[in-house]
Amino acid sequence: MNTVISIENLKKVYDNGFTALNGVNLEIKRGEILALLGPNGAGKTSLISAITGIISPTSGSILVDGFDNVLEYRQARQLIGLVPQELTIGAFDTVWNTVRFSRGLFNRRDDDKYLEQLLKDLSLWDKKDDQLRMLSGGMKRRVLIAKALSHGPEILFLDEPTAGVDVELRKDMWRMIARLRESGVTIILTTHYIEEAEDIADRIGVINDGKILLIEDKDTLMQKLGKKQLVVDLKQAIEQLPASLNEFELIVSESGTSLTYTFDASADSTGITKLLSAISQSELQIKDLNTSQSSLEDIFVDLVHKPKVEAKQV
Amino acid sequence: MNFSAIKVIYRAEMLRAINTLFQTIASPVISTSLYFIVFGSAIGSRIETIDGVSYGVFIVPGLTMLTILTQSISNASFGIYFPKFSGTIYEILSAPLSFFEALIGYVGAAATKSFVVGVTILITANFFVDLEIQHPIWMLTFLLLTCISFSLFGFIIGLWADSFEKLQIVPILVITPLVFLGGSFYSISMLPPFWQNVSLFNPVVYLVSGFRWSFFEVSDVNVWTSLSMILIFLAICLGIVSWMFKTGYKLKN
Repeated sequence: MNTVISIENLKKVYDNGFTALNGVNLEIKRGEILALLGPNGAGKTSLISAITGIISPTSGSILVDGFDNVLEYRQARQLIGLVPQELTIGAFDTVWNTVRFSRGLFNRRDDDKYLEQLLKDLSLWDKKDDQLRMLSGGMKRRVLIAKALSHGPEILFLDEPTAGVDVELRKDMWRMIARLRESGVTIILTTHYIEEAEDIADRIGVINDGKILLIEDKDTLMQKLGKKQLVVDLKQAIEQLPASLNEFELIVSESGTSLTYTFDASADSTGITKLLSAISQSELQIKDLNTSQSSLEDIFVDLVHKPKVEAKQV
Repeated sequence: MNFSAIKVIYRAEMLRAINTLFQTIASPVISTSLYFIVFGSAIGSRIETIDGVSYGVFIVPGLTMLTILTQSISNASFGIYFPKFSGTIYEILSAPLSFFEALIGYVGAAATKSFVVGVTILITANFFVDLEIQHPIWMLTFLLLTCISFSLFGFIIGLWADSFEKLQIVPILVITPLVFLGGSFYSISMLPPFWQNVSLFNPVVYLVSGFRWSFFEVSDVNVWTSLSMILIFLAICLGIVSWMFKTGYKLKN
């Protein structure tokens, strides 16, 4: 997998003095699905806007398939499709005209067959002569996707594509993303729905305060940073934890029948053996054991709320 | 050069005008007819000829200028302001086209609309008065240059404005007074000498004078001076627009 977008030391300070991007370094691999997670105001949209040419960066460089996105903006932008976060769409145009308009902007010849198939894939074909203002929010979202794909981009940016979208459309969208990916399109999406990033992304980046805090393969990330919990169910309820178990920082359930131990799954020594032998020495009887892994959401919340975490790059 | 993008922007803007055809064509036709009834027939019948031209005929070039200036500005300013306001400008900014190409699309469409309106007014005027054009090429040149330069000016206002109020301020507070005081309905030679000199600072005087000359061969200032002034105005607008584009003024920040 080679790099399709390469970003170096990207900074963006808005006219009002707000620093939206504060030295972003990022390599996006060809054909991957990269999910960017971050709280509101983290810099996700600014990053996408800088790559797609909507805002001018204050400093730094962006290469799209080797083309500088300022000096060689035509070649760079030709490769990119963008689905914006807001439902920014005209009112009086028809679906068909607006999709043709988008294709024309990208200097592509009319290809009604391609556009027909695109609208059919997005369940928009029967709405093609409707005015945009007559469409529901979900349909408008589909039109925005159709517009972004109208010129057959190799890289697709989806800025919070599932915000305010019903379950059916969301599922449709993920199916479409899977299809696009099979055809070799690189997909970068931002989302608030962490479980979605967990489901479909190959790599996950976490951005906050205009910096990439972490970017890693999803599986490695889950493995590396995922905290695990060991729950020990006891045969008999206890009133007080034996003093010999204090060092493990166990959480005792209200009923007193289970103990929860949190450990770092990636650490060399998890402390499980030590804990189990301490339990058996304290003469507590074990009924059952089970472990669970923390979700990406826990990892995300952990990272964003620890400002001193050092940026990690893969 | 991304001709395809220019074509689709131009077509989309023209389609907007065609969808509101009544507003685009009928409104200037009606207002022109009203001016002719009030100024040309009612008041004009009691006014002597000006430089040998009857008043009803004399006001035709001024009236045309008045409408195409306001139409050019409002068409072009709205054309670029609305995508900014609604957010659909993202598509233009992220497409592989230069600012210059977007400019040709937007300003070209606005200028075309004004040109059509201008010609419509002249045709309407012909129903009320007997209009003879002495220099049709000059007339078309002035008409075209005015449409283009004031559409450019409107485009600048549309980029500058960040509210509907600002969009209206320049046309109402600057353009309308300049047009009314620019000799649209009178010859500036009818003014006292002091005000004649003041009027020479009004760029619209040169437009109206040159345009009027192409009809009747009577003018307040030399026709070449008129032509130079409009070309200077065009150059200034182009200069401002290219500066705006280079800096991404209010669009990319």
